[in-house]
Amino acid sequence: MSELVVDAKGLTKNFGPKRAVDTLNLKIERGTIYGLIGPNGSGKTTAMRMLTGLLTPTEGTADVLGIRIPQKAESLKRRIGYMTQTFSHYRDLTVVENLRFAADIYGLSRRNKKQRIDDLLAQYALQDLTSQLAGSLSGGQRQRLALAAAVVHKPDLLFLDEPTSAVDPESRRNFWEQLFDLVDTGVTMIVSTHFMDEAERCHKIAILDKGRKRADGAPQTLMKDIKASVVEIEGPGLREAKHALDALKEIQSVAQIGARLRVLVNAAISDPISIVGGATNFSADTSFELVKPNLEDVFVMATKGDAA
Amino acid sequence: MMSLRRIMAILRKELLQLRRDRLTFGMVIMIPLIQLVLFGYAINTNVRHIPAAVVDQSDTGLSRALIQMVEATQVVEFTQRFATIQEAEIAIIRSDVRAALIIPNDLAQRVVRNPAVVGTLPSEPDRPIGRPVAQWLVDGSDTVIAASVKSLRNMPLAELFRRPANAGTPTFEVALFYNPEQRSAVNIVPGLVGIILTMTMIMFTSAAIVRETERGNMEMLINTPVKPVELMIGKIIPYIVIGFVQAAIILGLGYFVFDVPINGSFAALFVVTLLFILASLSLGLVISTIAKNQLQAMQMTVFVLLPSILLSGFMFPYEGMPKVAQHIADVFPATHFMRVIRGVVLREATLAEVDFDALWLLGFTVVGMAVASLRFRKNLD
Repeated sequence: MSELVVDAKGLTKNFGPKRAVDTLNLKIERGTIYGLIGPNGSGKTTAMRMLTGLLTPTEGTADVLGIRIPQKAESLKRRIGYMTQTFSHYRDLTVVENLRFAADIYGLSRRNKKQRIDDLLAQYALQDLTSQLAGSLSGGQRQRLALAAAVVHKPDLLFLDEPTSAVDPESRRNFWEQLFDLVDTGVTMIVSTHFMDEAERCHKIAILDKGRKRADGAPQTLMKDIKASVVEIEGPGLREAKHALDALKEIQSVAQIGARLRVLVNAAISDPISIVGGATNFSADTSFELVKPNLEDVFVMATKGDAA
Repeated sequence: MMSLRRIMAILRKELLQLRRDRLTFGMVIMIPLIQLVLFGYAINTNVRHIPAAVVDQSDTGLSRALIQMVEATQVVEFTQRFATIQEAEIAIIRSDVRAALIIPNDLAQRVVRNPAVVGTLPSEPDRPIGRPVAQWLVDGSDTVIAASVKSLRNMPLAELFRRPANAGTPTFEVALFYNPEQRSAVNIVPGLVGIILTMTMIMFTSAAIVRETERGNMEMLINTPVKPVELMIGKIIPYIVIGFVQAAIILGLGYFVFDVPINGSFAALFVVTLLFILASLSLGLVISTIAKNQLQAMQMTVFVLLPSILLSGFMFPYEGMPKVAQHIADVFPATHFMRVIRGVVLREATLAEVDFDALWLLGFTVVGMAVASLRFRKNLD
C-alpha cells in the first residue's frame, strides 16, 4: 500500500447541537484524486476545513502529510493549497498581480517567483490575460487563475471545494485535464463535488450524507458492488407507474429521466424485471431493460440507508 | 517568526487596491481640503453682523447718532425698523432678527446723566445717578450671539459727542499669548488635524479587514501561511503615510491660507502625529475585528467620531465640560491629541512637556494592536 497523505480517525465536528461531521474515517493515498461526494449540507466543506486546520475537530484526530492537526496546522499551510468554492482572489488586482501576491505570501524567492509565474501563466493559458483585472475574467478563466494561485508554491496536497460549480462543461473538462496533469507530478487532491460526472473521474470517493460517510471506494468498484439491479422502463403512463412502484418494498428508488423511469430493485430479487412489470398494468408497448448501475444509483443507494 | 516578505506582499497589494479605488484615493486628499476650508472659514466665535431690529421711540438726532455708533461696531446690523416693542419681539420669534435695540423717548435725559458723558460725578456709591441709555432684547438661546451683544453693554458713549473715550484704568492687564489677534483659525486648524485623522484613519482601517471577509478573500488568506500580525502591519503602513499626507495638507494650508504658525519643532510634530495615527489605526483595526460588514464598521466609526469632535476640546473647551464628560472624553485618543498638537504647534511645547498625553496615545496603540491581533483568528471555530 502506498504512502498515506491523509489519515483521519473518527473526525467529528459539532456546531452547537448540530453534528456537521460524524466520526469520519478517511485514508487517502499519495498521487490520487479523492472525491467527497454529497448534497449541500452533508459536511463536505466542514470535513475539508478540519483537514486544513481551519476548524478544530470536536473529536477524533487527523494526520495530514504526516502532520498532526490542528495542533501543527500552521506548518501544514505551506504544503497545502486550497481552492475555495467561490473565487477568493482579488478582483481589483490583475492576473499577474494576484499570482505575485500568492507567490510572496508563500515566500517564493525573487528568482523562483518570476520563473514560476511564467510557467503557471503558460500552463494555465493565462499569458494573454496577464494585465486583465481578475474581476473581469470569465468563469473558466477565473477558475484557471484560482488553480494557478493555489499551486504557486507546489503544494503536496490540494483541496478543491466544489471547484467547477461556476463553469461551463467545456471548461470543466479542461479543468479536470489540468488536475490530472498535477496528479501526474505527485500531487494529491481532495475534491468536493455534487456532480456525478466529476465524482466518476476521481480515483476514490467517499459518499457523505448528513455528516456521515455512507460508502467509499473506487467509483467502478462501488458501481459493481451496488446492492441493487437497475431497470429502465420506457413507455406511456410513467407518472402513474412511478407511484405504483414507489409503494413496493422491493423497490429502492424510482426516478424519471426524460422519457424513461429508472428503477432500483433490491439485489436479492432474482428477476427484477418481472417485479417491476407486475407493479401495475403497463400498456403493451412498454419496454423493460436491465441496465448497468451508474454512480448516481450508488449515491441513491448509499444515502437511502438513513431513511430505513 | 514574522516575515518581511509577507508584510511587503500585503503592503503592495493594499497600495495597488488603493490606487485603483479612485473614490477612496480622492477622499484622502479631498476630505482634509474641504474640511479645512469649511472649518477655517465657517467656524468663528467672533460673531459679526448679527441681524437686529431697532425700535426708536425717541427719534431724534441723538438716537440716530447712537444707532450709527452701534452699527459702526459691526457686531450688529440693523435690518428692520419697528414702531413698537411688540413688533420687534415678533420679529425675534420669527427669527428675522436675533436682537432688537429699544431706544426710549427719554434718551436725551439718560445720556446727559451718563457718567461717560458727564465725566466724573460726585461720589454717591449708594445711588447710581446714571441709567442705561437704551435696552437690548436678545434671542439668548444661542450663547455666542448673546455674548456678542452683551459685549456692547459697556460701549463708550463719549464718541457720541466727538470726545475722546474716557480711558479708564482696567482692573487687570491681560496678555494674550499664542493668538494675540484672537483668530479662531489658530485654534481650529491644529485641532482639525485630530478630527480629520480620526475620521479617515478609523474609517479606512475599520473597513480594511471586514472588506477582505466581505469580498471572500479572507477564506483564501486564512489558508495561507500569513500571520494575523503580518496582515495588520501590512495593512496599516499605507495609512500611516496617508495620515502624514493629510496632516501636512492641513497644517501647510493652515500656514499659507490661514496664517496659522507652526511654532514647535518638526521632530516633535512628527512624533505626536505618528502616535495619534497609530492610536487611531489600532482603534480602527479593533472595530474591524468586531464588525461583521463594512456598514457596521462605518456605524462604529461614526460612534467614535462624534464624541471625538464634540468632547475632545476641538469645538468646546475641555475644561468647561462636567467631570463625567471629561472622563468620557479621556477615553478617546482625539482628546489627548488635541492637547498635544495645540501644545506643539502653537505653544512650542517639546515632547517632554506633553509627555503624559503622548504616553497615553502610545499605550492606547499597544493595547489596541494587542486586542486586534488576539481577536483576529485564523481558524473558523
